[in-house]
Amino acid sequence: MSDGAKLLLIAFSMIFTENYVLVQFIAICPFLGVSKNFDSCIGMSGAVIFVMTLASAVTWTIYNFLLEPFGLTYLQTIVFILVIAALVQFVEIVLKKYIKPLYKALGIYLPLITTNCAVLAVTILNIDESYNFIESCVDGATAGIGFGLALILFCGVRKALERAKPPKCFEGLPITLVAAALTSMTFMGFAGIADNLFH
Amino acid sequence: MKKTKWQIFINGVFKENPVLILLLGCCSVLAISVTVKGALGMGVALTFVLVGSNIVISLLRKVIPDKVRIPCFIVVIATFVTLVEMVVEAFLPDLYDALGIFLALIVVNCIVLGRAEMFASKNGVVDSLLDGLGMGCGYTLVIVGIAVVRELLGYGTLFGVRIIPEGYQIGIITQTPGGFMMFGFAMALLIYCLGKKGKKFDPRIGCDGKCGNCAMGCENAITDIVPEAKKTEEAAK
Repeated sequence: MSDGAKLLLIAFSMIFTENYVLVQFIAICPFLGVSKNFDSCIGMSGAVIFVMTLASAVTWTIYNFLLEPFGLTYLQTIVFILVIAALVQFVEIVLKKYIKPLYKALGIYLPLITTNCAVLAVTILNIDESYNFIESCVDGATAGIGFGLALILFCGVRKALERAKPPKCFEGLPITLVAAALTSMTFMGFAGIADNLFH
Repeated sequence: MKKTKWQIFINGVFKENPVLILLLGCCSVLAISVTVKGALGMGVALTFVLVGSNIVISLLRKVIPDKVRIPCFIVVIATFVTLVEMVVEAFLPDLYDALGIFLALIVVNCIVLGRAEMFASKNGVVDSLLDGLGMGCGYTLVIVGIAVVRELLGYGTLFGVRIIPEGYQIGIITQTPGGFMMFGFAMALLIYCLGKKGKKFDPRIGCDGKCGNCAMGCENAITDIVPEAKKTEEAAK
């Protein structure tokens, strides 16, 4: 498989067939918490795409040039989570100082991202899959896009759900979870496409 | 009124159950609750991390400066998670494969960080230990409960022992949609039972809305950070 095709395969599977939220159950908390409001969906997805791409690039570099050569790979979890926390703080400060409009759009979502499991998950999975630098970055960005897609799709579903009248004990979160089940069922339709499309 | 030791422990199991009432750590509950064995392993792993980090954080609560407390908590938690990862990988390779990425993701599991922030950083060692144990038991109870139903309906087995004959399984229960649906049903059941007793379901008992670091990104947190968001929300109403 050529390099371009491999990148396309990574992108396609991260957005559709192996969508973090709807297929792999990663980052369910922000998915349920933020999807009530369309504007916060957009802001959150933007911040997640941004931080995930950056975090993939930084952690890949640290792993391959620091941890691996010095035999410190057992520190992976600790180092990665600290790098992500520091990175998020750093990005927040830089955006606040130099790129005001972007800070206005993403700023409030940045502190929420440190403990977003999707960010830690993508960095660890990059290493597990032994991707190279470019592949890691693409993986990070497209996993973020997949997260955003799920969030925005589900926001629409929730809007329709507000007008529905479920049984009393299903009101609120339970019916939202059942709706999430139906949304994730639609993504099962993509299963198998990636393998046949790129071979 | 000061709580007795037993009340602290039992609080995490029922009254403030971390999964069904506080709505924390949903990811691993949904993903791992496919088999009872995996669910039990995950529950024990999380309980260990929770108890360990609660003890250490409670011991260090007077030393950790307030401004950098979250990174400090994360380091302590990540240390215990690494410990668990190594032990499970060395001695229980099957479980390690079953849990996959979710073992490492205990680091960002909101239950652990949430208890560090809400309980261990304010209370003594013994109380924190009991709180961790109670919360861990509450988590294990829910994840194993959901796993029993999912494994029975999805695979027709319990602990790998066949109970329902082959060919009568509902495959989708073991996949992603089944996870969401079973979690929704479990929550609906809880609300129904509470309603029968005349109690109200209040899913945000344990969150005072000042959890700026929680990934839940619930409206409490967002409106707390930006007053403008609150204003536009009120205007919309």
